[in-house]
Amino acid sequence: MEKVEEVKKLFVVSASPHIRSKHKTSTAMRIVTIALLPALVYSAYLYGPRVLLLTLISILAAVGAEAMLQRMLGKKISVADGSAVLTGLLLAYNLPPGAPWWLPAVGSAFAIIFAKQLFGGLGYNFINPALAGRAFLMASWPSLMTKEWLAPVGGTLSGIDGITAATPLSLLKNPANYGDPQIIVRQLNDFETIRNLFFGNIGGCIGETSVLFLLLGGLALLVLKIIDYRIVVGYLGSFALLAWLLPTPGSVLFHLFSGGLVLGAFFMATDWVTSPITRKGRWVFGIGCGVITIIIRLWGGYPEGVSYSILLMNVFTPLIDRLTKERIFGEQKRKGAKK
Amino acid sequence: MLSGFAGGVHPSENKETGECTIEVMPAPKKVYIPFSQHTGKPAIPLVKKGDDVKIGMKIGEADGLISASVHASISGKVIDIVDHPHPVIGSACSCIIESSDTEEWVKEVNAERDPASLTGKQLVDVIKEAGIVGLGGAAFPTHVKLSPPKEKRIDTLLINGCECEPVLTADHRLMLEHAATIIEGAKIFQRILDVQNLIFAIEDNKKDAVATFKQEGVSVAELKTKYPQGAEKQLIKAILKREVPRGGLPMDVGCVVHNVGTCHAALIAAKYGRPLIDRVVTVAGDGVKESKNVLVRIGTPVKSVIDFCNGYVSQPERVILGGPMMGIAQYSDDVPVIKGTSGILIWNNARISEEGPCVRCAACVDACPMGLMPTEICGFVKNKNIDMANAYGVLDCIECGCCAYECPAAIPLVHYFKYGKSEIWRRSKK
Repeated sequence: MEKVEEVKKLFVVSASPHIRSKHKTSTAMRIVTIALLPALVYSAYLYGPRVLLLTLISILAAVGAEAMLQRMLGKKISVADGSAVLTGLLLAYNLPPGAPWWLPAVGSAFAIIFAKQLFGGLGYNFINPALAGRAFLMASWPSLMTKEWLAPVGGTLSGIDGITAATPLSLLKNPANYGDPQIIVRQLNDFETIRNLFFGNIGGCIGETSVLFLLLGGLALLVLKIIDYRIVVGYLGSFALLAWLLPTPGSVLFHLFSGGLVLGAFFMATDWVTSPITRKGRWVFGIGCGVITIIIRLWGGYPEGVSYSILLMNVFTPLIDRLTKERIFGEQKRKGAKK
Repeated sequence: MLSGFAGGVHPSENKETGECTIEVMPAPKKVYIPFSQHTGKPAIPLVKKGDDVKIGMKIGEADGLISASVHASISGKVIDIVDHPHPVIGSACSCIIESSDTEEWVKEVNAERDPASLTGKQLVDVIKEAGIVGLGGAAFPTHVKLSPPKEKRIDTLLINGCECEPVLTADHRLMLEHAATIIEGAKIFQRILDVQNLIFAIEDNKKDAVATFKQEGVSVAELKTKYPQGAEKQLIKAILKREVPRGGLPMDVGCVVHNVGTCHAALIAAKYGRPLIDRVVTVAGDGVKESKNVLVRIGTPVKSVIDFCNGYVSQPERVILGGPMMGIAQYSDDVPVIKGTSGILIWNNARISEEGPCVRCAACVDACPMGLMPTEICGFVKNKNIDMANAYGVLDCIECGCCAYECPAAIPLVHYFKYGKSEIWRRSKK
């Protein structure tokens, strides 16, 4: 009979700490997705079920492109982390409600493949994939991206009675094209228009019009500390200040509530991967977004500047991180540096 | 209420053993006493195989200034001096003593005397002879901290009763049951260091301890419960608003910090001449039948302590010595309790999350109490870019674990930092 030696079972070892908070990347992605949904539901009410279909196509294309590419590259398929879903959703939010069905599919696929996976996937993309997808569509099919607006149910494209040919920001940019500029500008700053802007009773991209519902989701993310207040406050604060200081016919509230500002400030500038990690850096990033947005709105070729401002600041993120390093505990100010 | 340091985390406390009075565990059959239980050089063995030893007998002599003596914790025979599993450094030369079942002390000890009759210099020698080290966990030789260079003007002595690690309650119980001893010990330190300010630092999750010490008429700083409030540098910052400079020591800002357990051990040494032969350990977790606070002889194998707590529930998956944030996972329960062992955690599950990609959420940056950028340093270490890791301050890391605790991608950041530090030290030795 063979002698069976009892092998002592060894305990599992790993590095400290041995406990972890409940935070998970995939949970955060899901919470952000959920926080975006009220705006989508309201959008479907305003512009019809068509927007739901476009959003669904966008999400499926994003998830499909990610799974397909990872399979082709022999990588682990990571669609379960929820980041592709979020990219698809955000891209759809940046499309006009009347866009053809293939537009979100192409945009999402581009966003995932060229802006995200080819740079190494989640965590390694240097620009926001959804915004990169939007920029790609803007460059390739500008007319489809800027003309397919739908008026909301019971409202007008501009938020002003009788003016149906332009969104509020286009009106502000070129009021003379649509009638008497003075009257139009006055109407844009009316309480009525501001209220329509706040509730989303205007024409615009699928997900950007309702300030109210975006705010609800965005504030929830702030409370849950999933997004950083510095970026949001820096962005909106600097933007509002400049909108007040600089010569523009639009009022501060008009500027804050129109276009994609709220969507951008709460949901896209705050993207973890493409915003700075230092505390100071997040302020710089937010303020930079605000400054560039207002510059584009007032002097740029486009009526809106949110997406390009965020993309530009995304590119600066590594540099910002390097120049705004945290102060290490016990670090002394360099002696005699001022001499 | 003081909190006053940036970063930190709030893990669930799970300090249920805070209600458990300290139970004295009888001397075990065998003890395994490593000659290295402290920061610094291992002690030099004074005994050999076959020697008879009594409780309190010095079996290892401190080697140089930064070292500490070790003493027999049971009476019996030295059956071997060999390498044995060690809870911190893997394996170390240890003295194995088999009990003779007689609780015999060496003659010199247990004679009561008045510590006031001793001078400061004599007291430092007593503490050195007694092999006392910091019992909070770092196990730095206490006599060294009590002998600051003359040019350092010390004005404040902080006694650390924060016990910010979740689960652990050993210091808490000691403060409740032996407040007078701790205070008397602290006053000995105060006399040695000749300082005016003596402050007891206690977190506000131990209201009863705060009240006990206030009743004794000593100055208590009640601190907001936040991990790592008990880390030396964070504690000094919170109470005195002073920042220990990078690479510096508390004495650089006129401050010395000692743990409550160390004060207790110092008084026992000063008053009864008794060396450090036991300490209070919190035993807890879902894998042990009875969670307790136990007074354990130094060198007692973990499995004997578990037997005293009625044994394992079933074959456990994890055994951790220390707290859940900074403790060290053990592969075997043969390891002994040493001077720095504050807790024994027995867990039935060993779920280790798979490391995902960093999404640069900056939770680690927000959590780091040292103002580091953990994810950046981690990236440098992973790429073997040790110089950049050094430039970004990896040596300032106190390994508190806040970053890895918060990381949504489950990246074991502290693991990488320990590796990065060891690489820097290895290269500087070359």
